[in-house]
Amino acid sequence: MATRTSPVTKGAQYVALAGYMLFLGFPLFYLLMASLKTTQQLASLDVWIFPRTLAWSNFSEALASQGIIRSTLNTLVVSLATTLVVTAVSLPAAYAMARFRGRLRLVGTGYILVSQVFPVILIIIPLFLILRTINLNDSLVGLTLVYVTFCLPFALWMLQGFVAAIPVSLEEAAAMDGASRFTMLRTVVFPLLVPGTVATAMFTFVSAWNEFFFALVLLQSPDNFTLSRSLALFVGAEGQVRLGPLAAGAVLASIPSLVFFAILQRRLTGGLLSGAVKG
Amino acid sequence: MTTVTQTPPPVPLPTAPSPHRRTSRMVVARRKEVAALVIPSLIPILVFSVVPLVNGVYLAFTEATLSRNSSSAFTGFGQFRKLAGDQLFLDSFKIGMIWAVSVTVLQLLAGLGLALLLNANLRFQNLTRLLALIPWAMPPVVVAIMWKMLYNPNSGPVNGVVRLVEPGFALDWLGSFGTALPAAIVVGVWVGMPQTSITLLAGLQQIPDELVEAAEVDGAGSWQRFLHVSLPALRPVMTSITSLNFIWNFNSFGLVYVLTEGGPGGQTMLPMLFAYNEAFKYRDIAYAAAMGNVMVLVVVALLMFYLWTQFRAERD
Repeated sequence: MATRTSPVTKGAQYVALAGYMLFLGFPLFYLLMASLKTTQQLASLDVWIFPRTLAWSNFSEALASQGIIRSTLNTLVVSLATTLVVTAVSLPAAYAMARFRGRLRLVGTGYILVSQVFPVILIIIPLFLILRTINLNDSLVGLTLVYVTFCLPFALWMLQGFVAAIPVSLEEAAAMDGASRFTMLRTVVFPLLVPGTVATAMFTFVSAWNEFFFALVLLQSPDNFTLSRSLALFVGAEGQVRLGPLAAGAVLASIPSLVFFAILQRRLTGGLLSGAVKG
Repeated sequence: MTTVTQTPPPVPLPTAPSPHRRTSRMVVARRKEVAALVIPSLIPILVFSVVPLVNGVYLAFTEATLSRNSSSAFTGFGQFRKLAGDQLFLDSFKIGMIWAVSVTVLQLLAGLGLALLLNANLRFQNLTRLLALIPWAMPPVVVAIMWKMLYNPNSGPVNGVVRLVEPGFALDWLGSFGTALPAAIVVGVWVGMPQTSITLLAGLQQIPDELVEAAEVDGAGSWQRFLHVSLPALRPVMTSITSLNFIWNFNSFGLVYVLTEGGPGGQTMLPMLFAYNEAFKYRDIAYAAAMGNVMVLVVVALLMFYLWTQFRAERD
């Protein structure tokens, strides 16, 4: 934009921007620093932001305690399985939603909205009962099923936005050449959808990786815990908590999500909102 | 199989066979195709989302408990009568309202401010955008752990800053009656602000430059340009993100559960935490389901009122 701004306004804008950067970035910076502080420093009144001595041992201690490695593997397996199933299942449906507009799209969008309004407590109680009768509560398979169901609406929404962005004329051209719908999907539509699909898959992965409520309700035995579930346990026993290793574990647990979001940055501003703003 | 609906056939052949039969066969073929594409998504959604949801709404009208042999026979409105007389639940609902309204309003204001800054021609914008992803990306449990450390009465930097002015200050923000809810609200704003500002930024960028420039030619200052050009154009986006934020905030759970577990003394007991305790601590699932139903009704009523006022304002 080529609008004029006075130097005073400019200055005020930079001050405000710095304030925002501090508010947004400082907590993570503090967590990183805390993960390198000794437990003594963290338990004292010493608020010096940097570690007095670097305590890398926090990380090895975090990995050694409370079955964190086990929980990391569990989280990874559940998140990957969720992502694979959601992507495979939502691609065709998203295509249908975007191309055969009308009633299907209306129902789809309606469901996505309704699924947001209802508090999860109403769904988790019957779901817990269902999963218990087939012995899938307290199991990673059961958790994956739940995650698939809850990631699907959003994946559909994102993907149908990406499908809608592909010109229909490309499909018509393929159809003119005598390609069947399936061939056309395979050779024309899906290759063009790869970036959008990758973005959706990453978003699904992060949602599953970060999820806490269903894991809290469904998982009972520590062997099945996901990372969020294990880390929340750390907090429960307050007072005896060793803050250094806890901070280190928290840092490790955030790495996949932070990396994926950094990669997704462009798509998040474009993709999610093309659905949100234009409907 | 040229069944793309948007495009009429280029040249309608005069000798086409009975059009009725042809379309109906095409319609059938198309239905089959759509079904094949949609069914893999439909089944999990029906089995694990729609059916449980209906069942969950129904459970509120029973006396079911979590034990395996509990009956789920219809018993009427007993749970709702019990709710109406439950002071703890009414308190929790009030806390939920304060939480959801404050977080949503602050998210909107802070998000709008950030979106305007990101839309102005400033340096460090890419860095700020990257920083804005942090709260959005981090697992809620980690966010809660992190803010617990920030609020820690001894080693936390929040008290560290206060101690520069007032030595010996050691307030337990999350553990004290007056401060627990406001402290949790700050964390809620931190978590939700980025998504709001990125959405608003997308809305701002859709406003045509000519519109803003025209206002400038007419002598409008930056504040007037914001008030008379940007804000009205942004209204639909603001309405939708505010509605979504309100729903998400009212139904939020994980963050506050790890931050305070509803304490101290129920000061941060959001309705979802209350319902979770009823269902999975005290095993009274019918009562919890009744709470869920009341939450839906209230949220929908508030949303309808809000959307109605917004549409009216837009028409005027």
